[in-house]
Amino acid sequence: MSAGQLPRWVDYGLMPLLNLAAAFLVSGLVVLLIGENPLEAVEILIWGSLGWNEGIGFTLFYATNFIFTGLAVAVAFHASLFNIGGEGQAYVGGLGVAIACLALDRFVPWWVTLPFAVLGAAAAGAAWAFVPAVLQAKRGSHVVITTIMFNFIAASLMVYLLVNVMGKEGSMQPETRTFEAGGRLPLLQDVIPGLDFGTAPLNLSLIIALLASLAVWVLIWRTKLGYEIRTFGASPTAAVYAGISPVRITIITMMISGGLAGMMAINEIMGSQHRLLIEFVSGYGFVGIAVALMGRAHPVGILFASILFGMLYQGGAELAFEKPSITRDMIVVIQGLVILFAGALEHMFRPALIRIFSFARTPATEAA
Amino acid sequence: MVPAIELRKIDKSFGPVHANKAIDLAVAKGSIHGIVGENGAGKSTLMSILYGFYRADGGDIIVDGNKVEIEDSKTAISHGIGMVHQHFMLVDNFTVLENVILGAEGGSLLGEGVAKARAELKRLEEEYELKVDPDAVVGELPVGLQQRVEILKALFRGADILILDEPTGVLTPAEADHLFRILRVLRDEGKTVLLITHKLREIMAVTDTVSVMRQGAMVATRKTDETSMPELAELMVGRRVLLRVDKKPATPGRTALSVRGLTVRDSRGIDVVKNVGFDLREGEIVGIAGVSGNGQSQLLETLAGIRRAVSGTIEIDGHKVDPTTGTVDPAEMRRLGMGHVPEDRHRMGLVTKFYEYENAILGYHRDPAYGKGAMLDLGAIRETANGEIGKYDIRPPNCQLRTANFSGGNQQKIVLAREIERDPKVLLVGQPTRGVDIGAIEFIHRRIVEMRDAGKAILLVSVELDEIRGLADRVLVMFDGALVGERPPETDESELGLMMAGVNREAAE
Repeated sequence: MSAGQLPRWVDYGLMPLLNLAAAFLVSGLVVLLIGENPLEAVEILIWGSLGWNEGIGFTLFYATNFIFTGLAVAVAFHASLFNIGGEGQAYVGGLGVAIACLALDRFVPWWVTLPFAVLGAAAAGAAWAFVPAVLQAKRGSHVVITTIMFNFIAASLMVYLLVNVMGKEGSMQPETRTFEAGGRLPLLQDVIPGLDFGTAPLNLSLIIALLASLAVWVLIWRTKLGYEIRTFGASPTAAVYAGISPVRITIITMMISGGLAGMMAINEIMGSQHRLLIEFVSGYGFVGIAVALMGRAHPVGILFASILFGMLYQGGAELAFEKPSITRDMIVVIQGLVILFAGALEHMFRPALIRIFSFARTPATEAA
Repeated sequence: MVPAIELRKIDKSFGPVHANKAIDLAVAKGSIHGIVGENGAGKSTLMSILYGFYRADGGDIIVDGNKVEIEDSKTAISHGIGMVHQHFMLVDNFTVLENVILGAEGGSLLGEGVAKARAELKRLEEEYELKVDPDAVVGELPVGLQQRVEILKALFRGADILILDEPTGVLTPAEADHLFRILRVLRDEGKTVLLITHKLREIMAVTDTVSVMRQGAMVATRKTDETSMPELAELMVGRRVLLRVDKKPATPGRTALSVRGLTVRDSRGIDVVKNVGFDLREGEIVGIAGVSGNGQSQLLETLAGIRRAVSGTIEIDGHKVDPTTGTVDPAEMRRLGMGHVPEDRHRMGLVTKFYEYENAILGYHRDPAYGKGAMLDLGAIRETANGEIGKYDIRPPNCQLRTANFSGGNQQKIVLAREIERDPKVLLVGQPTRGVDIGAIEFIHRRIVEMRDAGKAILLVSVELDEIRGLADRVLVMFDGALVGERPPETDESELGLMMAGVNREAAE
């Protein structure tokens, strides 16, 4: 029935905005509750994230991470797979980046290292998603459970590697040596003249993230593999009928998803930290779930959602700095509310919108 | 006499869809009143209003001369209205007795209520000839008896008016006959029966009065003995309809599909297809008759490469295929020339949330015609889709609509067009007209016969005996996983019915 459908601009535009507005409204109430002026808080948040060059730089830097992890979750969504292992896949992706950089940085320029780092990140992330994928495809172990388990395994593995295998000689820090120039991605402002983001670590990874977004769009909507992924996601029985192997699609999709999550490490490790260190993912993998939900699993939506979460990260830090009563934890609460309204309560406004728009429609469509 | 139920100007809209348009209906007490109409004519909506699932936007419901407000099924029951759903609302691992008292236990302790219920069941059983063992576990009963439990449930709650929604869809002809006998007893004992169906034969067989719905409106009410099937069909569709399929005798050619010793085991380890063997020749339609759930679905799925067999061989167009190995998949079977219109188009034949053009290539999406290498060529795909839309008169003629927005008949045409237009050697067709309205049924049947006349081999599985007898050139009867005999399509319906029920197997051979 056409009654359940909404115009595209409502589905992809109005509804996320309404969700966001609701989240900010509730956040405003929370801010009010602790005795601060919500309007002032919003002003600091927006100015802090978009009002000055360095702020913009940080916002986009964070957004780059979210694009990768958001795309990762989105690709799996299209196959109705819920990959919540982005955290671990990104973490292990860092290993791939670090191995490429540590091996090459002293001998070649960064642009030679880069393809190896990208490949390493994607391969490591994909490998980390491979085991849960196989368990799901062949044994029916749910990926939600296994991927989250693999986050813990990744964390332990990385601690072990950084402490016992890859750590710097004579240092107590669980981290590798710092990469030389051959293992560092240039900052965006050093490549494109006229840009100035101050001390923000915004680097070439943003371009890679944008290319990845384009690639995901092509994959999902313009390739046969994408068609198979969407068919399997929408109706596994129809997929089998069409000769699409559920085992193959589950494994391939999860590996693409894991690979995208792994690529987040390029931004953090090769673009900013220039060494592999402990817990560098710090929640980006999880927030990627909210980004994908809010972006309706579409690369364009994910782009916007990533910028929004980048703003929350950067503007939130400014806010915590400016208003001592609004602590870092308060910012997490606001982020949580955005995730709640954009993710869990995604369809809260849908029935009302459907009612409004079915009234607005002309009765000419009445062909029962 | 005051009618048992009277509806006045009942109106109901779902968004832009006007499902019931000022419906007037009067059902005489102690009668069997049939309501017929195509899918989407608004029958189910009307009954749901009567039973309290939906509230009407306007109009009055009058029960026994009193205007009532039916808010939910509880008030419906309190006014003596009981419903037997198309899909039974029974707890499978409860006994008959437990199911009957469910929701009407009478107090927090079971003992007393159970004793009373047992006595009441006994009384109902005697009064209405509704024999069921009260201590049998419902899940272990055949569907015919499960339905009887549903009827008992309604009567136990004091229903004077029984609504039955498509009650014979899951029954064998014999079980259906039995149901009709029960309905007549109920009527003779003073109950009122409302029978919703799309099968005209049942209307003629059992009802006293019949009302016809079309596009949300009540278009006519007739005394059953003063009307005829062609008249009712015309009223339902709004134009003259050919009920019989027009076809010339078949001219079968060489064997296109040969099946030997096929046995299929399901996940519970039960053989659902047992040593099935048959030949299917070019230019003929072979129908597989059987009550649903006797292995036809699994047979079709195995032939299509979806399901693995434990033994047997399949030979299609001269290619031997081993269905027991994992190497046979639907893609491979398609390459060998097997087209497949699956029984369940919603779960299998279509992805309803896809655009129409995306479904036009489902299963054939790897074909280079729809894109070189890894890419899809949307232009070519839409062109194919539009061609099929024109040729099969798929409405609305827009390939960029979501498939869920097409009616059942048009969805079926999308599947049929896709499978037929790829020019398969063998076409497997499962339930081609299930949930399809009469106008589209005619079109679909004609296409299938045209396909046969073009020299294709067609295997037709249907639970509609009329459809099998009308379309097939040979009829194979399937019961409990095995083929129990072959008959010409002219064979007497009761004989086929007995074979389908597994009765008199030896005598039928």
